[in-house]
Amino acid sequence: MSGGTQRVPRWIPWAFLAPNLAIIALFSLAPVAINVLYSVTGSDNLYPSERPFVGLDNYRTLLDCESYLDPSSCSRDLFWRALGNALVFVPTQVLAMIGVALLTAVALNRDIRARGFFRGVFFFPVMLSPVVVAMTWVWLLQRDGAVNGILGSLGFLKVSWLADPTRAFRWSVFVTVWAHMGFYMVILLAGLQSIPADLYEAAKMDRASPWRVFTRITLPLLKPVLLVVFILATIRSVQTFDEIYILTGGGPGSATKMMVHYIYETGFAVQPRNYGLAAAASLLLGAVLLLFTALQMRLARGGRDA
Amino acid sequence: MPSAWAFLSRRHGRIRADWTDWVTYAYLMLGVLVMLLPVLWVVLSSFKSEGNLLEFPPTVLPETIESVKVEGYNRPLALFRVKRDDGSEVLMAQVRRVGIRAQMVDPANPGAGRVVVPVERATALRKVHVSTENYSKLLATASGRIGSSVYNTVFITVVATLITLVMNSMAAFALSKYRFRGSNVALLAILATLMIPATVVLVPIYLIVSELGLNNSLWGVILPGLSTPTGVFLLRQYMLTIPDELLEAARMDHASEWRIYWRVVLPLATPALAVVAIFSIMSRWNDFLLPLIVLSRPEVHTLQIALAGFTDENGIQYGMLLAMTTLTALPLALGFIFLQRYITTGIASTGIK
Repeated sequence: MSGGTQRVPRWIPWAFLAPNLAIIALFSLAPVAINVLYSVTGSDNLYPSERPFVGLDNYRTLLDCESYLDPSSCSRDLFWRALGNALVFVPTQVLAMIGVALLTAVALNRDIRARGFFRGVFFFPVMLSPVVVAMTWVWLLQRDGAVNGILGSLGFLKVSWLADPTRAFRWSVFVTVWAHMGFYMVILLAGLQSIPADLYEAAKMDRASPWRVFTRITLPLLKPVLLVVFILATIRSVQTFDEIYILTGGGPGSATKMMVHYIYETGFAVQPRNYGLAAAASLLLGAVLLLFTALQMRLARGGRDA
Repeated sequence: MPSAWAFLSRRHGRIRADWTDWVTYAYLMLGVLVMLLPVLWVVLSSFKSEGNLLEFPPTVLPETIESVKVEGYNRPLALFRVKRDDGSEVLMAQVRRVGIRAQMVDPANPGAGRVVVPVERATALRKVHVSTENYSKLLATASGRIGSSVYNTVFITVVATLITLVMNSMAAFALSKYRFRGSNVALLAILATLMIPATVVLVPIYLIVSELGLNNSLWGVILPGLSTPTGVFLLRQYMLTIPDELLEAARMDHASEWRIYWRVVLPLATPALAVVAIFSIMSRWNDFLLPLIVLSRPEVHTLQIALAGFTDENGIQYGMLLAMTTLTALPLALGFIFLQRYITTGIASTGIK
C-alpha cells in the first residue's frame, strides 16, 4: 500500500468493520459465553440473571448412566440414543457421501458429452431446501407411494419404509446423501480439474491401468481437497437435523433422533423448556465437532509425514 | 443405426470409446434417474386430482376416469369398459357400486334400465387430465396464510441479502484496502465464527433475539445471520485484486472514504458480490431451524415452516403438500438453471453453502 493511506484517520477502517463486528459479537461470541452460563444454571427461566446456579448438575444429568452401553439406564436416555445414532450415522453417511461424490466427480472429469447437464443433475438437490427434500421422499416412501409402486410391479409386497427402525435409519442416510452429495462433488471436481493433464498423459504412455492411475495419481494429488471435504462433511453430518426431523420425526421411537434434534426438543419443543440441559448438550456437541476437526487435521498431517 | 452408433461412440482424438466410457455413461444415466425422477415425480403428482393421488399402484401421468352426462342422472357418471360373456366389450356408465357389484346403465340408451355388473369385469376408461385443484385449494383454504408466508420469506430473503452484501463488503473493504493495527485480528475473529455453528448456540441466540424484542419478528431471523465469514473472505480476496492506484486517484479528487468504497470499489467487486448474493438468497430462502424457534406465530411463518406444518395436524394432506413443495422449490430451481456456473464455481473456490 502506498503512502497515501497515511492520511486516512485511524478510525476509518474500524468504522467500516463496526457493523460486522457488532453482529459477530452479538450473535456468535456472546452466545458462546451465555451458553456456558446456561449450562451451569437451572430452571426453565430464559433470563440468565434469574436462573439459580447449579454447578455441573446439567452435565451430571446428561452423563448420568448406570451403564454406558445401555441408553435406557441413563437419566436422559434420549441424549444417549441420539449420541449412539450419531456414532453410526456420521461415519456411514460421510463415507457414503464422499464415496458417491468422488465416483461422480471422477466420472464427470472424463472426456464425456453433456458434462454441464450431468453436473447440473447431480448438483441441483443442493439448491432444494431440506424441507422440500424431506417432503419429496416422504411422498415417494409412503405406503402407497412410488417406491412401493415400482416394487409392486416387480412382484414385491408393500413395505412401510419409515415405520421400521432399521429401514428408517438407512433411508435417512440415503436421503441426506442424495441431497448434499452434489455439494462435495463440485469441490472434488474442481480438485480433479487442477491435477495437471500431462501426469495422465505420462501414465497412458506407461500403459498404466485405470485403477493404478486412480490410486497412484488421482488420489494422492486429491488428498488436500479430500481432507477439506471430509472435515466439511463430518461437521455437517454431526449437525444433521432438518431433513430427518421432517422425514421421520426422529422415529420410529428414537431410531433416527439426532443430536440437534435432542437439543431442539429439550430447549424448545418439550415443556417445560430445559434451557440448561439443552445448552449443556450443545456445548458437548461443540466439543465433539472440535474433536473431529482436530482429529482429521492430525490424521492428515500424519499421512503427509509418512 | 450404424451411423448413430458411430456418432455416439465418437471421441476427441480417438476413434472409438472403450469399456470405461460405457461404464461412465451407464453410471451417469443411473444418476440422472435417481437424482431427477423423485423431483419430477413430485411435480407430476402435484397435478393429480385427489382420487388419482390415492390410487395404488400410482399412475405415471395425472389421470382421471372419463365420465359422461346421462339423461336422468344429475351428476356425470364414470365410464367403464365392460367385458361381456361372449368376450366382446361394451361401454357402460356406473351409477353406483355396492361391494363387488356395480349398477351400470348404457349411456346411449339409459331407458333400457340398470344392469348389475361384477366389478372384475369392468375397467375404468381413463384419460390424462392435468388437475390444478391442489393449487387452487392451497390458495383458497390457506388464503391469508400462504400469502403471508410468501411475503415473509421474500422479505427476509431480500432484506437480509441486501444488508449482508453492504455489511460484508464494508468489512472486506476495510480488510483489503487499509493497512492498520488489528486488521489480522479482525479478520481472524470474523473467520473464527465459522467454528461456531448456529446449532450449538441455539438457546443463547433465542435469548438475545427475545431480549431485543424480536421474538416473532422477521428481524429476529434476519439479524443473527447477517455476517457471513465466507462472504467477507471471498469479497476481501477479490478486492485485493483491485489496484490501489484507483483509490489514490479518487483521494486526489477529495473523495470521502465512504464515496471511494461505494463508488469505486463496490462497482468493481460486482462478480464477487453476485456470488455472495446467490449464496445468501439460497440460505435465506431455505432456512429452517432459526425461523422454527424464533417465529412461532402463524402469521410470521415462512414458506419452509408452513410447508413443514403440513405433516403434523390431522395426518398429511398430500395434495396441498405436493403443490406447496413444488411452489417452494420453483424459484430456486429456476434460478439454478441460469446461475449454475456461478454457484458451482462459488462452492468450488470457497466451500460455502
